Amino acid sequence: MSGPSTYNPKSGLEKWIDQRLPLPRLLHDTVHTFPTPRNLNIWYTFGGILTFCLGVQILTGIVLAMHYVANAGLAFNSVESIMRDVNYGWLIRYIHANGASMFFLAVYIHMFRGLYYGSYKAPRELIWILGVLIYLLMMATAFFGYVLPWGQMSFWGATVITNLFSAIPVIGGHIATWLWGDFAVGDATLNRFFSLHYLLPFIIAGVVGLHIWALHVPGNNNPLGIDVKSPQDTVPFHPYYTVKDAFYLCLFVLFFAAFVFYSPDFFGNPDNYIPANPLVTPPDIVPEWYLLPYYAMLRSIPDKLMGVIVMGGAIVTLFLIPWLDTSRVRSCRFRPLMKQFFWGFVVACVLLGYCGAQSVDAVKFGVPMVWVARIASIYYYAFFWLILPIVGLIETPKKLPASIAQSVLGDSAAAAAE
Amino acid sequence: MRKVLPLALLAGLLASTSAFAAEDTARRPVKDVTFSFEGPFGTYDRAALQRGFQVYKEVCATCHGLDHVAFHALNEEGGPGFSEAQAKAIAAGYKIPAEPNDKGELFNDQGVRLTRPGILADAFPNPFPNEQAARAGNGGKLPPDLSMITKARMGGAKYVYSILTGFHEQKPADFEVPEGAYFNPYFEGWAIGMPNTALGANAVTYSDGTKATIEQEAHDVSTFLEWAGEPKMEQRKSMGLSVLIFLVVLSGILFAAYRKIWKDAH
Ligand code: HEC
Ligand code: HEM
Repeated sequence: MSGPSTYNPKSGLEKWIDQRLPLPRLLHDTVHTFPTPRNLNIWYTFGGILTFCLGVQILTGIVLAMHYVANAGLAFNSVESIMRDVNYGWLIRYIHANGASMFFLAVYIHMFRGLYYGSYKAPRELIWILGVLIYLLMMATAFFGYVLPWGQMSFWGATVITNLFSAIPVIGGHIATWLWGDFAVGDATLNRFFSLHYLLPFIIAGVVGLHIWALHVPGNNNPLGIDVKSPQDTVPFHPYYTVKDAFYLCLFVLFFAAFVFYSPDFFGNPDNYIPANPLVTPPDIVPEWYLLPYYAMLRSIPDKLMGVIVMGGAIVTLFLIPWLDTSRVRSCRFRPLMKQFFWGFVVACVLLGYCGAQSVDAVKFGVPMVWVARIASIYYYAFFWLILPIVGLIETPKKLPASIAQSVLGDSAAAAAE
Repeated sequence: MRKVLPLALLAGLLASTSAFAAEDTARRPVKDVTFSFEGPFGTYDRAALQRGFQVYKEVCATCHGLDHVAFHALNEEGGPGFSEAQAKAIAAGYKIPAEPNDKGELFNDQGVRLTRPGILADAFPNPFPNEQAARAGNGGKLPPDLSMITKARMGGAKYVYSILTGFHEQKPADFEVPEGAYFNPYFEGWAIGMPNTALGANAVTYSDGTKATIEQEAHDVSTFLEWAGEPKMEQRKSMGLSVLIFLVVLSGILFAAYRKIWKDAH
């Protein structure tokens, strides 16, 4: 999409189309000849995997929506009838439900990858920001989707999360009522959540388009974090990366299929097979695993409003990363100090997820989990607001290789830097 | 109330009340029984499904519904393996609340609800006309629908088995069982509303000569309920095997292609 096009229509028909609608040209330049750094590793295959996941969710979702009934009295039974009466309905639903988890697994790997290799740094700030926007939209979509089967966790999860808005002073209660369309989570809420759950994935698809468009201006970052300097540094996207992405995608699908066929309820909560009952509160209300880190932050703070602010701030922070990092070097491969803080950050996120799954007063190995969540939350904030700016200024990065080609094809110097 | 509820949920309630109760009377870990359907190649034991069905029909169905299971499922692949004629006969043995008759009546002259024999398309009828009736008949406790009970409880079929065989465990001397409840340490809180007489030895007479001990009946009905919750399990696992084999082969081919194309590039 950037630079001169190398498209050369081969037949008269292609030429005719190209002069009227240069779609073949666009595809040719974006997926065929697009010059891509030759050193992209396995972590760079997750962009393609994510696109696949979105496609799977949309396709299975459209079929589910043909049979699903968005009505508080009928939703639970309609999902159960998809499982029993619709041809291969069980398969479609299990793909959709596990697909959401796979989608988040992939997006987390993709985001950690970006953090590690400094892919958010100039000139890729907007790519990163669009990515965080996609992530936000995904969380909203998955939250709405989880409400649809109208089981106990659907109902109570929706109640807890929508109630967070009521923490906002003065207008909070009105916002909550407005979101519910009623005075509590109910039929009106379910209907609007279904409408939004159907809509948002298409908005995500649009933002994904922008994300890739923005990517194709500077091109991919790479594990070395250095710019492409000559054509030797790159290979055409096809066939090099189409085949590499296809291979890793196939492995990912293998992993995905193992859950769908052999442990389809692994990520689910048993309570969601109990129909929603506004009169019975489950002893532990837990969101889906991919939201647990934020849930842990929320609950680690005794004051509800502060909890909501801290949780929201954790996401807002992600948008600002490009300007919080002061380092001139992108990749953590050449940042010995930052590399350690990065892995600390990964551990903090995993710990937060773990704490989010425990009851608030849980004590594990003699340690109150709420304190673990507090310390991990502090690290989360410190990582972005202190470590990222300060380490960038004080750290002496290792020597960068002269070029990608030199590092890949010759000279073991760059390899030794790893 | 609405404002208080989330606050309580998020901060206090869980911390104080349930935690205290949880320490004393948290349900015991489920018993370590094995079932034929476990593991990636596990299938349902047909004979156990048929016996379990008998236990459900003759014992549990007096109190528990099976709303999501249709009679035709009894004859479907991966199920108990009844013939279509047998499934029809089983359905016909149930009375289903009838649709309005030619005169538009739902009740007869005595005010009794009209019924008709069940057909394959019907689901198992609920033993009680509504929740209130079910509670009234069970000391205020609601016998849950069993269609998805193994999916809706941690521990699944093992949990159902443990509950059914867990009534006769030694009760700690200091534990008070509330009025109208029964001691069962596998149930959260240890006091269950289901009578300890719900399932006794020889509650059914198995036609295949299997001895109807409590353990045997519990094991059979737990198998049946697992099937009731997951009727497509066999289809799922066998399709899964083909899919995984296909993907492994495809990965192999793609790997070879990947190696070949990249041979000179790095
Ligand atoms: C006399 C009526 C009665 C019979 C017969 C009966 N149950 Fe129950 N069952 C109940 C009631 C009432 C409850 C609710 C208990 C409570 O919530 O305290 C219950 C609860 C249960 C539970 C759920 C425990 C939970 O976690 O909520 C299971 C499982 C169960 N029964 C299985 C069975 C099976 C299997 C049979 C047949 C062998 C059976 N019951 C027969 C009345 C009965
Ligand atoms: C970003 C993509 C999407 C994500 C992350 C997502 C996520 C989810 C989740 C987590 C559930 C609950 C699954 C369960 O426990 O049963 C769900 C249900 C559902 N989704 Fe989606 N979804 C996506 C796209 C779509 C689309 C595009 C549609 C419709 C066109 C759709 C239609 C449905 C329907 C009808 C249900 C209810 C049935 C069920 O619960 O299985 N989804 N979704």
